[in-house]
This record gives sequence, structure tokens and C-alpha cells, in this order.
Amino acid sequence: MRALNPGGTDAAGPDGAAAGRAGTRSGRARTVPPADSKTVLGPDEIGRALTRVAHEILERTNGAADVVLMGIPTRGVPLAGRLALKLSQVEGRPAPAGSLDVTMYRDDLRLRPARRLGHTEVPPSGIDGKIVVLVDDVLYSGRTVRAALDALGDIGRPRAVQLAVLVDRGHRELPIRADYVGKNIPTSQREVVQVLLTETDGQDAVVLGTGRTAGSNKAQANRAHANPVQPNPPLSGPPLSGPPLSGPPLSNPPLSNPPRAEAPGPGGTPGDGIPTEAAR
Amino acid sequence: MTPSRVSSSLATSGQTWLIKGVQPAGGPATDLILAGGRITETGQGLTAAGAEVLDGTGLIALPGLVDLHTHLREPGREDAETVLTGTQAAALGGYTAVHAMANTDPVADTAGVVEQIWRLGWQAGLCDVRPVGAVTAGLEGSRLAELGAMADSAAQVRIFSDDGHCVSDAMLMRRALEYVKAFGGVIAQHAQEPRLTDGAQLNEGEMSGLLGLAGWPAVAEEAIIARDCLLAAHVGSALHICHVSTAGSVEIIRWAKSKGWRVTAEVTPHHLLLTDDLAASYDPVYKVNPPLRTRVDVDALRAGLADGTIDCVATDHAPHAIEDKETEWQVAAFGMTGLETALRVVHAAMVDTGLLDWAGVADRMSARPAAIGQLDGSVTSTGAPSTGAASTRANNSRANSSRANSSRANSSRANSNGAPSPFALLHGRPLEPGSPANLVLYDPAARSVIDPAQHASRSRNTPFAGMELPGQVIATFLRGEPTVLDGKLAR
Amino acid sequence: MNRHLISAADLSRDDALLILDTAEELAQLAERPIRKLPTLRGRTVVNLFYEDSTRTRISFEAAAKRLSADVINFSAKGSSVAKGESLKDTALTLEAMGADAVVIRHQASGAPHRLARWVRGSVVNAGDGTHEHPTQALLDAFTMRRRLGRVDGLRVAIVGDVLHSRVARSNVLLLRTLGADVTLVAPPTLLPVAVSAWPCEVSYDLSAVLPKTDVVMMLRVQAERMNAAFFPTAREYSRRYGLDAARMALLPDHAIVMHPGPMNRGVEIAAEVADSARSTIVEQVANGVSVRMAVLYLLLGGADLGDAGTGAGQAAAPLADAGRTDAGREGAGWLSNEAAEVAQ
Repeated sequence: MRALNPGGTDAAGPDGAAAGRAGTRSGRARTVPPADSKTVLGPDEIGRALTRVAHEILERTNGAADVVLMGIPTRGVPLAGRLALKLSQVEGRPAPAGSLDVTMYRDDLRLRPARRLGHTEVPPSGIDGKIVVLVDDVLYSGRTVRAALDALGDIGRPRAVQLAVLVDRGHRELPIRADYVGKNIPTSQREVVQVLLTETDGQDAVVLGTGRTAGSNKAQANRAHANPVQPNPPLSGPPLSGPPLSGPPLSNPPLSNPPRAEAPGPGGTPGDGIPTEAAR
Repeated sequence: MTPSRVSSSLATSGQTWLIKGVQPAGGPATDLILAGGRITETGQGLTAAGAEVLDGTGLIALPGLVDLHTHLREPGREDAETVLTGTQAAALGGYTAVHAMANTDPVADTAGVVEQIWRLGWQAGLCDVRPVGAVTAGLEGSRLAELGAMADSAAQVRIFSDDGHCVSDAMLMRRALEYVKAFGGVIAQHAQEPRLTDGAQLNEGEMSGLLGLAGWPAVAEEAIIARDCLLAAHVGSALHICHVSTAGSVEIIRWAKSKGWRVTAEVTPHHLLLTDDLAASYDPVYKVNPPLRTRVDVDALRAGLADGTIDCVATDHAPHAIEDKETEWQVAAFGMTGLETALRVVHAAMVDTGLLDWAGVADRMSARPAAIGQLDGSVTSTGAPSTGAASTRANNSRANSSRANSSRANSSRANSNGAPSPFALLHGRPLEPGSPANLVLYDPAARSVIDPAQHASRSRNTPFAGMELPGQVIATFLRGEPTVLDGKLAR
Repeated sequence: MNRHLISAADLSRDDALLILDTAEELAQLAERPIRKLPTLRGRTVVNLFYEDSTRTRISFEAAAKRLSADVINFSAKGSSVAKGESLKDTALTLEAMGADAVVIRHQASGAPHRLARWVRGSVVNAGDGTHEHPTQALLDAFTMRRRLGRVDGLRVAIVGDVLHSRVARSNVLLLRTLGADVTLVAPPTLLPVAVSAWPCEVSYDLSAVLPKTDVVMMLRVQAERMNAAFFPTAREYSRRYGLDAARMALLPDHAIVMHPGPMNRGVEIAAEVADSARSTIVEQVANGVSVRMAVLYLLLGGADLGDAGTGAGQAAAPLADAGRTDAGREGAGWLSNEAAEVAQ
């Protein structure tokens, strides 16, 4: 009944939802977008957007000498890696990148059973006095970023914090704005934005689809980019596109245990039409 | 209780009863007439003028059940049970006679205390109470109690037991076995070698290891039984084994009986049905001494009761106040109530499994315990049991013919407060004309869930709470007077 | 049983790995300037310690405080507990105080089971009699994984008074769940009668077992046991079952030595062994905080889980398999998952 579904095939996911269900399926690896969705960005456009963002970062930070990229799991992490690669290609020196899991700082923890934590890794150069650029795939209500700011504050004291996102879909609930945006995609609250990346989903695409009822997608979309449901790609695992992230290897030797089981996390069933509490 | 009740039990009862269409010990439908405290007539299509009629269609009639092992807690722990509430529970369970164990406070080790208990039972008037005397003074296991005085008292004690404790000193057990020969007494041993069971909580086995509870090994029971069977044989005395709980014990008793030794044994209803894996919840309602054992033991006990190696069922009814059971396992008291559920549990464990028929139930729950307790009229005036009174062999009929008991009934040693000699009050007799009208009417087709809140016992510690069991006691008669009618107390 | 942590048998393999992975993340906290997370703010954790145990209590206290929970300490001495208040009444008091979790250490096996019937919060077993100590087993597994990279396939020897050890019971269960091979080494008097039914091997010869061992876990042996004739003298016990330098040399190079503490230096473990590089005794303590943080987070960090699966009020059935759960029982795991949400 509730057996975990390692590998995340979407045929009969742990939520019982069948593949092809309307709406986005956040968190399923190698997901096939549902039939009624439309691809808003393809791989080339994503690549160009990231390149542009990288150049913008370099411009506004005067060469990114003190920049540390911190990706918010799940998909913010490979995005941060790509940005770091592009920065290093232009400037000729490596750009530190890490990951910042915000689960413990969320304001909606009590709505669901406890969630699996994502991986946090602060580059050895730290963040004190640096310009931290938070990287995420979708900016929506802004609550994830708020949690990330709290998390950063407990780790150190950056000189400045900026935000880079691949997609800004509007509907902010907090006074938060992105410094660097890959693409603005105005959406209605009924719609669902799904970002797919090669590192996590086997392809690059930004897909827009329709959910079932008003409210449910909003909540789940929030969950989608606040708390990914697939395991973090192990940083010492298969290489990301490009050279490995700078920084020392993980302090722990690689686990020969089976990789963390595909957690059908609390992200909820996208578009399943089951209304959830509005509080996020 | 009022004096009128004292005399009413023995005097000619005013009310005649006509019980129609019951199945005595499961036999064909029969009518019974109860008058003057006796069964006066049995047959088909009987009539009786002025009789109350009870329609017994579909009901089984058994001789009133006799319990060799009950804890009535009075004097001393009246918060858990009194003689009144305990005999109410007994009547509701179909019992007309119970033996009250001696571990009261003060201990029943003198004529005074046993007479008090005997009197309390008589006054309550629901069920005959036969006090059991302690073997050792204060149950301390160091010197014999005044067994003779208790035997000579108005209570006429014949069964002696330190139950709760084992008479572990071999020399003392020998002396006790020898001493009671003078008045036909029998020592009932609670078999538990103390050195092997120090701090023991649960049967020693897989469960105790898993649960981290100190083990109570089977050998601690079996070693004492073996020793005492040999001792009884050596000195030529009678031995009764309380609450047999292991397969090994059954084998040893079977061996002892095969030698013709005067060994009898009892088993509790809970040991016929429950096993130690119930302790996994750590609920102390399952904590009992001797402990619940394994499936293998349950099967051996059932087989032993069926073939007569184990003579009878005895409840070891052990009521405890709630605060003594609603605790961590280690500090909880040992014991389970049993009077009100015994017949139903035996029904489930032995009759529904085809191991025993209703005639067998009548034998194991009435005739044989009455014989061991010397309540069936098989006792001679000197007190020495007639040959075979402590029945040894397996069969469904009573081994001994009844002896003239009038000498006993007229003995001058009786009569406290007008109460008769206990030996005048017979139990365990077959349901035929002339027998005292002690019987229970039982509906085998009923089924219900056990709810301790409905029990008459003051205590609630039954392990069968929430279980569905077959059967229901509909009526109990004590010398022709109903103590239970329609499943409820009649007095 | 995702509302309580009472036995290591309650944890499936996935549950256990989740706890270890979560602890891995939370272990980073120790290196940060601010060793605090806001996650359990407003939650109350009560430490109900009937047995003295400074080390374990402080570990749970640190874990709860690092998650910003409020901590209340009930220790046995000088409280209503010492005055004979029953466990049930203490439980009702805690309930009235609004304890979200009760961490209980008690000398009676099964006390957490009983407590769980009387409180609505989560019950965490910090050691009950001779029954179990699941967080100890978790931190032991965590330590093994950190030092040796895995638990699956490790050969673990647990040496000492198994009969009276709750650490041994929890470790045997959890290590089995995680795929390790366990061998118990002890004199026959200190092994349970039915140990052959346990999922492990048994040996009476420590020196023979050590060369094939990746992890040696030494259990504390109380010298008082010799008064009940479990062994003749402490000296003989130490000679036959103690881990001294000579025996330590029999271990493979990578092998580690563990001890739940407190140690009897010179009885079950020699001083030079306890202080050697193989010894994980000190890091076990630090790991204990991370593991307990993970447990508290997973129990309290999400929505209240309600009354599922506590077993309260279930009727007993004769000869039924009551209460005991297998590790790996499907369904009631610790992970939140989408099925749970759909069901809500």
C-alpha cells in the first residue's frame, strides 16, 4: 500500500496517481509531462537564459570575485552548478557553489508529516563577507526564499544576498524579488509550472500545465519548489554536466548502501484535485 | 447477613422447581423436579403442583461446579474482593462450592481464621466456601501451621496449601505430607522452585528474551512436582498439584499416576487457552503465576485434561485492585480473575475443540474436584478417604461409590452459629433423584464478548476482556434455591 | 508505529536509513557558529528519567534544544516520582502540561509501552529495563557508517552481558535490518535461553571471532553479577571476555571498537584499547546528539500523526500474535509520502 517507490517511476507512484495525470508531477525523475501541457522553454532557450544570467551576475558583482552560488534543493542545485560552470568559463577561475536545504526553516512544516531533508553543503570558503547568490528553479510565493534567508543567517553573515531563478511566475506573498530571472512566465494560480532538468529528470524543459481546482496547484507548486521530493543527486556521484563543483569532496566516504530511497515526499499530488489547506 | 438466611439454606426450601427439557451433561432432554433441597424426580413430561417452571429447552444441565482454588481476599484485601462479591462471581460462573486459599491477611493458618471464612461464606449464602488452610505458619515456609486444629475446627479443613508460595523445603514438605494422613488431609502444592525463579516475570523462552523480562523456567515447576510425587509415594500420602502449567509437568504426573501413587492435579482455564506471546504488549493483565506458557504446553494441558491425567479445572481466581495491575509489568501483581469466565473458557478450549464432551466437563469441573475436596460423600467418619477417593485414573465416571455420611453430618464438631458440618453439604453428585439440588443451567449456543465491567467480582483483571467466548450461565441452584436466574444474581 | 520510537524492531530498513541520513545532515550543525535550528520551536519535550543517566539525558536535552524545543527534565530523585507517584499519574501530569514528546528511561522493561497508552504525544524509549535502547542502536549504526562507509555486510561482534543488555537487543535487531551480520560473544550464563531464535550467531570464544570482525562492540559488565553466579570472578570474566591490547591486535586493520558507555576500564575493556585510534567511544557521544535530533525531528517536525497504530484498547485474542512488529512491516513507515496525503 505505501511501499516506497525507489527509482520514481511514475507508472504507479506512491500517491497512486497514474502517469499522464493533468498538472505537473513535481519530483518524479524522468517524468513525461502530461498531454495537455505546453513546453514554454526548450533546452536551447534554457541554456541561453542561464548564459545571460551568468553574464548579469558577472556584471553586477564586478566579476563575481566574492560570489558564492547556493542552490536550493532540488533543482536549484544543478542550476547553481551550471551557473558556476559558466562563470568559471568566462572569468577563468572556479566559482564556489554549494547547496542550501531550507526544510528546517519552512513555515508550513506542521501541515504534513516530517519531510526528508535535502543536502546542505557550504563551500569551504564559507559565506561570511561574500555575496551569496541563491539559485532556484521557480520563484512563486517567495516563502522558500524567506526560509533560505533564515537558513543563511544561521550559517554566517554574507555581505549581500541575491536571488537568481530560472522562472518567475508571479503571485508573490512576501516582499521578495529576484535579482536575476531566466524567464518571466505570468501564470494564473490554476496553472502549474514544471521545470525539468537533465541532471534530475533526463531532459531540459519548462512546462506549463493546468491543475484541477483553484488553490491546490498553488499549494503544491509551493511545495514543489520549496521541498523537492526526489533524492538529491549525490555530489560525488555521476558527474554533472561540466567539471565537478569546486570544493573538497564530501567529508563522508561514498555510501555503498543503496542510494537514498526515492522518497515520494510530501510534495503532494500535483493537480490531484484534492484541496489542501491554503496555509503555506 | 441475617440469621434467617443461615437457616434457610438447609431447611426445607419453600419453593419447588420444575425444570423442563434440559440436557443433563449433554444427554437427551429431561425434566427435573427440585424440592426440599434435592432432585426428587427426573424423566419426561413431569408435572409438579405449585412449582415454578423454568423452560430449559436447549440448555445443558451440569452438577454445580466445584472450584478447588479461589482467592477470596477476605480478610485483608477487601478492596480487591470479599467473600460476598467472590461468591457472587462464583454463582454467576455456575459454581456451588469454592475452596478459598489461605493467603489472606491474616493468613488462614489457625482455626480462628478458617472458621471466620467459613462463617462468612455461609452467611452470604450464595456458594459453599471451603477454607483451605496454610501448610506453614504465616506462609513463611519454616514450620508447620496447626493443621490438626484447622482440621478439627468448624471449618473442617482437609485441603492445605501455601499457594502463592511453594513449600520448597523438602523436609518440611515430607512432614506435611505425613502429618495430614491422620485426618485424611491432602497437601496442595504450588510448585515453584524459588531459587530458579527469583524475580521471575514471564515464562522463560523466546518471548522473555525478546521482551527483556526475567524468565520463569518450566523446570522450576517440574522439578518440584517430581520431588513431591516421589515424597508422597514414599510416605504413602495424598498430593494435589495446583495450576499445572507445562507439558513436562503433565508427563511427570502421568508417570506418577501410572505407578498408582495418590497424586491429583488441576489446571486453570487461562492455561488452557492463552500463551506467553500475549505479554508483548506488556499489559500486566497477562501476568500470572505460574506464567502463561507456549502453544506446546497448552496442547499438552488440554490432552492431559482430556485423558484425566489432570483431574480437574480450578480457576485460581485472583482478583487485584486496579492500581496493582495498571502499572509497569515488573511491579504489577500476579493473577487473573476466573470464576465468571471458567465454564465458557473450558467450553471454547475443550468442548469446541472436540477434546471433551459435556459429561466430561461435568466430571472435570464438578465430580472430580468434589471428590478431591471430599465433598461428594466419599469420606468415612474417621476422615480417611475411601480407596480411590483421590481418583487417579482417567475415566468420566466417578471412581468411588458414596459412603454413608450421616455420621459426619451429626458430628459434634460441627455447628458454629447453627451451620452444619461441611461434610453434610454434598457437591459433585450426579443429576439423579436423591442428589442435592446443586446444578447449573448453561446455554451452549450463546456467544458474547467478555466485559469485565459487567462482572460481579470487585476486580477487573480478566485476560479475556474483549474476547468473544461461547456460552452463558443461565441459572445456578444451590440446594434447590436459585442463586442465579436469567443470567443474573437471584439474591 | 510512526508515532513512537520504542523498539528497534519498529523500524523498517527505509525508516532506519532515513534516520541515519537525516542525522548526517544535522551533524553539520556542530560546526556552525549558531548550533540551532528553529524547527521544533514551541514544542515541548519532556525527559522522564527514572534511572540516573546524565549522559543520555544530556544528549536528548541537547538534541531537543538545538531544534529550539522547550525541554523539561523530570528526574527520579526529589520529585513526585520518588515519592511513589505511579507511572500512570506521572503520565497524566505530563499530558496536562502538553508534552509533545516524552523521552523515558525506566528500570522496568515495557514502561514505554505502558506510557504510550496514557499520553497523546510521542514516546521515545531512552532505555527500558533489559528490553531496548533504540536510539543507542541508531547512533551505533551511524558511527559504523561514518567510520566504515556502510552498515550492509559488516561483521559485528557484540561482547558481554547480553542477557541483561538492552543495547544488545536493539543492536541485534537494527543491525539485522540494515544488513549487517551479528555475532554475540558471551559466557553461556549471560545469553538468553532462546538466543538461538535471534537473528545472529553466537560464540563463546572471543579470540576466535575477532579476526573476522569489522566492528567490536563491548558491553558493560556489572561486577555484581558474580553474586548471582553469572561468572565466578571479575578477573576470570576479564581474562576470557575482556578486550585487551593482545586481543585488539587480532582485529583486522580497519576494525573499530565501540562501547555504549559507561566503561568499566579493566574489566571488559582495557584502558589502552579504550584510548586507541580504533575506539569510537568519544565520537559515539557526539553522534548521539545528531541521531537524537533526527529522531525528534522526524517524530515532531511535521504534522501531528494522530492515534494511528498505537494499539491502545485492542482486544487480546488467544494464541494471537499481539503487539510485536517486524522490522519492515509495510505501511506505517516514517516517511511522509503522497499516499498519506491522499488519504488525509
